Amino acid sequence: MEKHLNLTLQVWRQKDAMSEGEFVEYQAKHISTEMSFLEMLDVVNEEIIRKGEDPIAFDHDCREGICGMCSMVINGRPHGPKERTTTCQLHMRSFDDGDTITIEPWRAKPFPVIRDLIVDRGAFDRIIASGGFISVPTGAPQDANALPVSKQNSDLAMDAAACIGCGACVAACPNASAMLFLSAKVSHLGYLPQGQPERYGRVRNMVSQMDAEAFGTCTNHGECEAACPKGITLETIARMNRDYIKASLTYRPEIASGGAG
Amino acid sequence: MSVAEQTLAGAGERSPGFMDSSVGRKVVMAITGIVLWGFVTVHMLGNLTAYMGAEAMNHYAEFLHTMIHGMGIWVFRAVLLTAVLLHIWAATSLTLSNHAARPVGYRKQQRQSATWASRSMRWTGVLLGIFIVFHLLHLTFGTVHPDFIKGDAYHNFVTGFQVPWVSAFYIVAQLCLGLHMWHGVWSFTQTLGWAHPRYNALRRNFATVLTVLVVGVNISYPIAVLTGIIH
Ligand code: HEM
Ligand code: SF4
Ligand code: FES
Repeated sequence: MEKHLNLTLQVWRQKDAMSEGEFVEYQAKHISTEMSFLEMLDVVNEEIIRKGEDPIAFDHDCREGICGMCSMVINGRPHGPKERTTTCQLHMRSFDDGDTITIEPWRAKPFPVIRDLIVDRGAFDRIIASGGFISVPTGAPQDANALPVSKQNSDLAMDAAACIGCGACVAACPNASAMLFLSAKVSHLGYLPQGQPERYGRVRNMVSQMDAEAFGTCTNHGECEAACPKGITLETIARMNRDYIKASLTYRPEIASGGAG
Repeated sequence: MSVAEQTLAGAGERSPGFMDSSVGRKVVMAITGIVLWGFVTVHMLGNLTAYMGAEAMNHYAEFLHTMIHGMGIWVFRAVLLTAVLLHIWAATSLTLSNHAARPVGYRKQQRQSATWASRSMRWTGVLLGIFIVFHLLHLTFGTVHPDFIKGDAYHNFVTGFQVPWVSAFYIVAQLCLGLHMWHGVWSFTQTLGWAHPRYNALRRNFATVLTVLVVGVNISYPIAVLTGIIH
């Protein structure tokens, strides 16, 4: 049933990437338990705008858990206290009247804060561009069943492809490692026949781009798995490690004369 | 703002060194970890001869020193030293990358799945490093031993543990080894990619059983000496 809450917010405010930031306290009054967390912030922002101040800047787009934009750490957990839930899907009924809520941006060197709660996740885009694709010669579309895919591989590929690139895994990881994201992107192609030709080059290129972005390294704490709104598992990381080890053991430079022309 | 260079290249064209990559250094950590873990397990088993009396233990020690015409022990030492050095190198370099990756921390953080063991790896590791040096000075070289007799392993073992603070230090070090091994053994299966729903529970249980066994038996040695069971 709908109730109303009065909350205290501690929000990270930062003018731009160059400025120092700080926590600022706001009161969120008469918040319906049926609002989403982002709607609660909208209400608080209206009040801030009425006072002639700058509203709290936060990323959002789909507001239905599929775009991965709504990045913020709520009371020490990316996307807040509910499992498998993005901030936009988080309802205010998850909080109690009188609560103090601390809201911070993702913290990682490769995700610089642009403003308040908004970080630049361009590092993820560059990782995708380094190998998260398949090369398809264009032409007439192929018959749909020309490439058999086992039901299990198709399911595993779909599970991995559920990753929305939100970055919660990096935010939650004590080492700010991007391994869960990376493994999802490497694996959803690796499970399918279309991903095979570039499979081993892909994993090497994507790991090297991840390292170039200066993400941390995995120490198997499992915080990413617990934070992931899409249920990507640690097993996916192990699968990528297998591919990486195999790729490193079998890598050969492109010197074959057949490749020269 | 830090923007890394885009490394667009055809599949496989870039060739970053294995040992430079994060996953590669993790693999070094895992493989050297397996060597060290195999060593502590065999070491624990070998010391069981202490319960069989002076003759058995000294005989075992002599075997270690004379096997393969005295070469065996040097091969072991070389492998272990290499493993320890690579392990420490990988640990240090990975830890530095991890610290650099989060220059600004959180005000609030609620951990969900990290364990005491996983979070203390670098500290238990450092303590193990100190312990290894002490242990060598104590029972291999005898430098810090009150009454060291070269070639009489049993005597050195018993008189060594009769010093209470030394025994206490060994016990604390073994508890650290327990934390380190418990996360480490599970962790290397993950790093090397041995994850599968069918075996996931087994991986945890394997780490637990092994850790309890190694640490339990190792701790029993100083306790047995202090309580006079071994004398
Ligand atoms: C000499 C001092 C040592 C230091 C400084 C050290 C440090 C570390 C660190 C920082 C890690 C990585 C932490 C993580 O992945 O969460 C690690 C992992 C590990 N250590 Fe050690 N350690 C030492 C000795 C040992 C010993 C004596 C053993 C044998 C029992 C051992 C076995 C392992 C294993 C099996 C791993 C897991 C590798 C992986 O994550 O795949 N270490 N160590
Ligand atoms: S793996 Fe999960 S937490 Fe990480 S980016 Fe993808 S959806 Fe977000
Ligand atoms: S706004 Fe799109 S996932 Fe939350």
